[in-house]
Formats: sequence, C-alpha cells, structure tokens
Amino acid sequence: MNFNWFRKQKKNYPAFWQEYLDSFTDETKDTILNTRFIAFDTETTGFDQHNDRVLSIGAVSLHNKSIHIVDNFEIYISQDIFKAETVKIHGIMKNNTLPKVTELEAIKEFIAYIKNDILIAHHASFDFAMVNQMLLRNGLSKLKNKYIDTGALYKKSQHIIYQDNLKNYSLDELCEELIITKTDRHTASGDALITAFAFLKICSRLNKTNKFKWKTLL
Amino acid sequence: MKNSIAERVSDFLKRYPPFNLLDDDSLIKISCKVTILYLEKGDTLFKQNDTFHPYFYLIREGALSLDHVSNDKEKNIVGVSDAGDIFGIRPLINQENYKLTATANEESIVYGIPIEVFEAVTNNNVKVYKYLITAFASNTYDSYTEKVSQEIFVDYLPGKSQDIANFQTSNYTKTPITCNENTTLQEAALKMCDYKIGCIIVVNSDKCPVGIITNSDIKNNIATGKYPITTLVSNIMSSPIITEKKDITVANAQLVMIHHNIGHLCITKDGTPNTMLIGVLTHHDILVTLGNSPSIILKEIKRAKQNSDLRKIRLKANTLLKSYLNQNIPISHIVKIISKINDAVTVRAIELAINNMNMPPPVKFSWISIGSQGRKEQLLFTDQDNALIFEDVDEENYNKTQDYFLALAKLVTKSLNSVGFEYCEADMMARNKSWCKSISEWQEQFQYWIFNPNKESILLSCIFFDYAHIYGEKKLVDTLTDTIYSALKNSSMFFKFLGKDALKNPPPFGFFKQFLVEKNGDKKDLFNIKSKALMPLIDAARVLTLSKEVKDVNNTAERFEKLAQLEPNNKELFNSCSYAFKALLKFKTKQGLQNNNSGKFIELTTLTKEEKLKLKRCFKPINDIQESLILRFDLKNTI
Repeated sequence: MNFNWFRKQKKNYPAFWQEYLDSFTDETKDTILNTRFIAFDTETTGFDQHNDRVLSIGAVSLHNKSIHIVDNFEIYISQDIFKAETVKIHGIMKNNTLPKVTELEAIKEFIAYIKNDILIAHHASFDFAMVNQMLLRNGLSKLKNKYIDTGALYKKSQHIIYQDNLKNYSLDELCEELIITKTDRHTASGDALITAFAFLKICSRLNKTNKFKWKTLL
Repeated sequence: MKNSIAERVSDFLKRYPPFNLLDDDSLIKISCKVTILYLEKGDTLFKQNDTFHPYFYLIREGALSLDHVSNDKEKNIVGVSDAGDIFGIRPLINQENYKLTATANEESIVYGIPIEVFEAVTNNNVKVYKYLITAFASNTYDSYTEKVSQEIFVDYLPGKSQDIANFQTSNYTKTPITCNENTTLQEAALKMCDYKIGCIIVVNSDKCPVGIITNSDIKNNIATGKYPITTLVSNIMSSPIITEKKDITVANAQLVMIHHNIGHLCITKDGTPNTMLIGVLTHHDILVTLGNSPSIILKEIKRAKQNSDLRKIRLKANTLLKSYLNQNIPISHIVKIISKINDAVTVRAIELAINNMNMPPPVKFSWISIGSQGRKEQLLFTDQDNALIFEDVDEENYNKTQDYFLALAKLVTKSLNSVGFEYCEADMMARNKSWCKSISEWQEQFQYWIFNPNKESILLSCIFFDYAHIYGEKKLVDTLTDTIYSALKNSSMFFKFLGKDALKNPPPFGFFKQFLVEKNGDKKDLFNIKSKALMPLIDAARVLTLSKEVKDVNNTAERFEKLAQLEPNNKELFNSCSYAFKALLKFKTKQGLQNNNSGKFIELTTLTKEEKLKLKRCFKPINDIQESLILRFDLKNTI
C-alpha cells in the first residue's frame, strides 16, 4: 500500500501558469522608484466571492511616478451569471457590444500583463478573492503576487494621533481626503487609475515622514 | 481593445488649445501614447540645459514654475503654469536643450504628450503650429532685455534680486471703470467708491477716452470749494489723456509716465485717443509688476480675484523676504511684515471662498491660525495649521452648521495649498471635523486638555495654545482665551506636564561641545535647527507666558521680551533667549531660501567658521532657560 499523505500533489498546470508560478523564484528587491507596480480593479456582479463573477478587469502600470497609457489593461469577460441590480453601478449590460472574452482567455492576458510585479488595489482582499475564485474555477492556483492595499496604506500615512481611528476608507472617501478628481468611478480602468493616483499621493505623504520604505509598503 | 483611460485623457485634452483644434480620431491616437506623470511639490521635471525629452507637457492638476538661472546663479521665475497650460515645447519647435527649469509648485499631475505621435497627427495643421509658436514665444526668456530694464528701474530694485522679469508687457486693468461726459461728479465719485478705485475714465459716446478724474482732481476742485459736487465731470477732468497700445512694455510705460508726469495711461485699440478704450494702466500696476514693496503687495492681495493671483503675489513676498535678509533688516521687523502678508492672503482666501459658497455663513465664526502661523513666525512657505470656531447653535442645527463651515474650510485650505502653504500632515486644519467646532465645544476641548494632561493632550496643546485670530468675529476667540486662563488657574499639573515637555529637547551640544546631528535616515549628519534649537525656546516661552497669564502675545521673541518686562530680575536671561531665537530663525530662513525648502535641516559643512560660532552662542540661553524651568515648575523629580 502506498500512502501519499505528505507529498504535495503536483498538479499539471497549463504551460502559461507553470511559467507564471516559476517566475517567483528569484527575489531581488530594487528601489521603490525602479519597480513596476500594477494598480488594478475589478467590476463584479456582486460581493459574494462564490456566487458572483468578475465582469471586467482594468489595470494601469506605474513606474517611477509615471503611468504610461500604452501599458494599460482593460478586458471584459462574458459570464453566464448576470444581476440586473448591479448594472446601475458598473454600467456593463448583458448584451452590449463590447468585445468580451472567456474567463480563461482573460486570465491568460491578465497574467501576461501583471507578470510577477507587485499589485495595488483598494480593499485588495476583495479583488484578490474574486480573481482567485476565477483562477480556481479554471483549475489553476491562487495569485502569487505581492500586493499593497491602498486603504491600509493610507492609514499608515496618517499622523499618530489619528492612527487608532478604525475607520475603513472607501475609494470615494480616499479621493476626498487626497483630493483626487473622480472621473470614471465604477469602471474597472477608471478605478484602477484612481487607485494608482491614491498610491502615488500616499507615497509622497509617507516620504515626508520618512516612512517611504519597503517595510511600510508591503 | 477598449481603452477607457485614453478616452478620458482625450476628453481632457479637448478642452485646451492646441488640442481643441484636432479631431477626435487624432486625439485618441495621441492619448493612447500619453504618459501620466505625478510630481510631488519640489520635484523637477526637467532642468535648464537638460537634453530634450520625447514629450512636451500639459498640466492636468496643480502648477509648475518655470525658472531661469542666469550665469551668476541668480534664479528668476519666468512664469507659473496652471492646469491646462502647455510647457516644455522647445523640443517640438527646435531640438535644443531646455532653457528653463520646470519644478512642481504644488502636488501636480502632468500629461506627457509624445512628440512623435503629435507631429504625425498634426502634420501640416497650420493653426496648431501657430498656437504653439505663440505659446513658445511668450514663455521664452530674453536676457538682454532684462539687463537693460534693470538699469532703467534701478531705483525699484533692491540689489539684483528681481522676481518676474520685467521685460514682459504690462499687466493693465482690462475692465476699466468709466462714466460718460454728462455724469455729475457726485455720481462718478460714488462709482469710484463702489469699485474701490482711485480714478475713473470719462468716455464719449463712441467709448473713446476723453479725460480722467483722479482722487487728487476731486481734492483740488471739490474739497476746496471751487466747484459744487453737482458739477459735470467734464468740467474738472484732466484732459487730454495719454493713450498707448496694449502691448506696451513695463519699461516703456514707465518712461511715458515720467515724461508726461502722470500716473495713468489709457490703453486703446490702436493706441490713439480716437479708438475704443480697452484698459487702464496705472503707476500702481507698474509697481505691482515690479512689486517689491509690502504695502503694494498687501493692496494687491486685497484686490486678488482668484487663487492664481494670490499665488503670484505670495511669490513676490518671497523675493521681498530675500532682499530684506540681504539688507540685514532686523528679523523682528521682517517677521511682522511677512506675517501680515500671510494673514492677508488667508483673509482674502476666506473671502473668496465665502463668495464661492452658495450661501453666506449661517452664524458668526472666527478663523484662527495655530502653530507657527499663530505665533507669527512663519517666514517661508510652511505647513498651514488652522482651526475654526463658530457661534453656538441649537442642537438640531449643529450638524448642518458644522457641515457648512467644513465645506468652507475645505475651499480655503485648498486655495491656501495652491498658494504654496502645504497641508498640515497631521491634518490640523479647519477642514477636519475635530478642529471645526462651536465655541462651547472648543471651551470643553481646551478644558479637557488642561485637566487631563497626558502625552497626546500635551502634544496638541503645544500646537493649539499658539492660536491667533485671523478672520471673523474676534469676540469668540476672546471668550475662549478667558476660559483657558480661568481653567489654568486651577491646574498646576498641566504646567508640570507642559514644562516637562519643554525639556524634551536638551540643548544641542554633545559632550565635547560639538553639534548634535541626525544619526540616521536620509538626513544623516544634518543639524535639525527646528527641533534641536528653535523648539526648546518656543516651548519654554509658551509655558512661561501661560503661567504668567500673558494674553495675545504669541510670537516667541515677543513673549520673551514681555517676560523680561514682567520679571526684571530675570531680564538678562529672557532677553538673551529672545535674541537667540531671532538669530536662529534668521539662520533657518536663510537656509530655507537658499535650498528652497523649509530650512529645517542645516548642512554644517556649508557654514563658515564664524557662522558656526554664532550658532553655538545661541545654544547657551537654551541651556539656561531649561534650568530655570526645572526650578520654576519643580520638575526635578518628574523627569
């Protein structure tokens, strides 16, 4: 009899996924300014990570305080689950003419875009959970990228007096606090861009208090 | 692939020239390749003599200043570009290195427009290029004219420091106030009062200027009884008037005025009295353009119509500051003038903000500044610290009232930020709910701090006890002050805590009398003049004046002088503290101007031997005053 309790079952992942997983081996940290960050956001049919689906992913890349529009990412995914009540938030209708792809295709493109870079999202755990569910549904494993949550980071940037304040900042409140013009709220790309601005502005505040270090960010 | 971000960028571009001359297709092509840059205040986008970038730039948010550094290292601000302005177009016109330095004046977001794509798309569009060439020409810097004009205006220029170079065309009043020939003098004078102006232009039926009435005309003809106030303006106006074209330079305008011995020029369409009046250029306008007198700056602030005006004027104040320091004018005098200017800027920002609210304030309020601005020690642009007190209202109206003032404060702090005062990183500003409260809430707040001294309340007290009334109802502030002093009488604990806090920074000497410098971080080996030398004096002065119930004196140097008056036997100690404080503040300001920052950190190696000695001499009073605090508040056992 052959027990196989402890040996981890090595799954047969598709080549692109294996390549993605392997890319995380060597870890050399560059300076913060020289690192490519990806700010991303998802629009979903709702907040339940098991029953709701990702409708679109938008992302922009950040490098040395600048965002190159050439290097942004925007994709719409065709889903069988559709909830009319969330349409008024994200504006993506069931039968609109936007070119849509399957989940697997979206994953392939998204992974090719993010590589092993550090991800930024507002309330990142939600977007991560939604993307991870999508990955698991397609027989893949969870995302391996490091990530930064702008909500948590903003709290770190605040003065000690206010830090015990347990408030969770929504993206709208963050925009108010940091004075970011809100255009395109609730489109994945628009929110990704706003998140990127928020990240930059928070970093500049951290920099003033000498807290702009990898230790604070990650 | 759909590209929402490029679409939004293109929507923004469309609003500004030259992009408004392009069709949507071209705009999208450009937008897809745009780079969005984020600049912190003080970040440099490109430097003079840098090789050209593959981009030219459009400001999305914020503002950048364009500076030219001449051969003798003199820095001249050529202009400040705002949202929607394009700059850095030299590489587009002729591929030369940059002639100016672009630095972020405040936190900014800039679009980098790729030149290659732009050229491909706009190929042969004459209108676009015409616009770009004009924009380019108006931003270039001509060293020759500056030299000549400096010689002409030598009497207005303190030394060589010159702000916005004066080769520019004069900035005349574009909406002159006029009356026609049949107006009575009384009506004309009323109009002048309404618009707060010193002269009115008399025009004929074709809107051509025929004469001018100034304050002195009224004095000479009416007050003396020569004419009744019902006389027609045509009887007493000065005529004929001198007219000029609108593109007259400052230099020329000045010459014309000297030549005719007059203070006003009328600007007409073709420069002759036979065409329509389009503006008035006064001697005042010229002084303002050259502007280095505090009274002119103050007047200008009162007349500012928008934030960008305030910023320009406040930048002039920095030039003024620089020349004062070079001329060795006493620092106490400089501090007073600059504080006046800062206060005036704040007042004007509040007035403008009230105009922008859709209703007047529901109750009376007082805007107070705290921290360094409250102590009137703010020479350079530093953080803004402020708070707002409003009259008590019914409970049901409280939230509504507070919301109004929060919205108002948001506008004010935003405009102060664009003028150059950075947001307080601890958010101690009136736009914060905790610092925008009714008078009774404030009274409770201060009483709480006084009766519950702990680390946090002492930290906040150090900032909030240096408040000064800036705008609105002073009574509210006085009420608060009275409450504070009656509460202080009953709390000796508070003084102990405050006294202990004043000792947290020991005199900045090491064992061998060397300077104590920063030990780590990117400020390593720099001397922190603020925390190591200024703060101990500021803190000591605060606790001493509070214990002596000295009201309404906030400035640290003045506080020590007041203390010297109250305690003649300690006169020497207090006077030496006052002197040391002024000297240290001057040090910090000079360093700040030199390095274009707050001057907080001093690189000791850049100081001469003499300067180092001077600096060290200032530390002795710190030691002395701290020892006296220990005795006075019996702190020996609490440390």
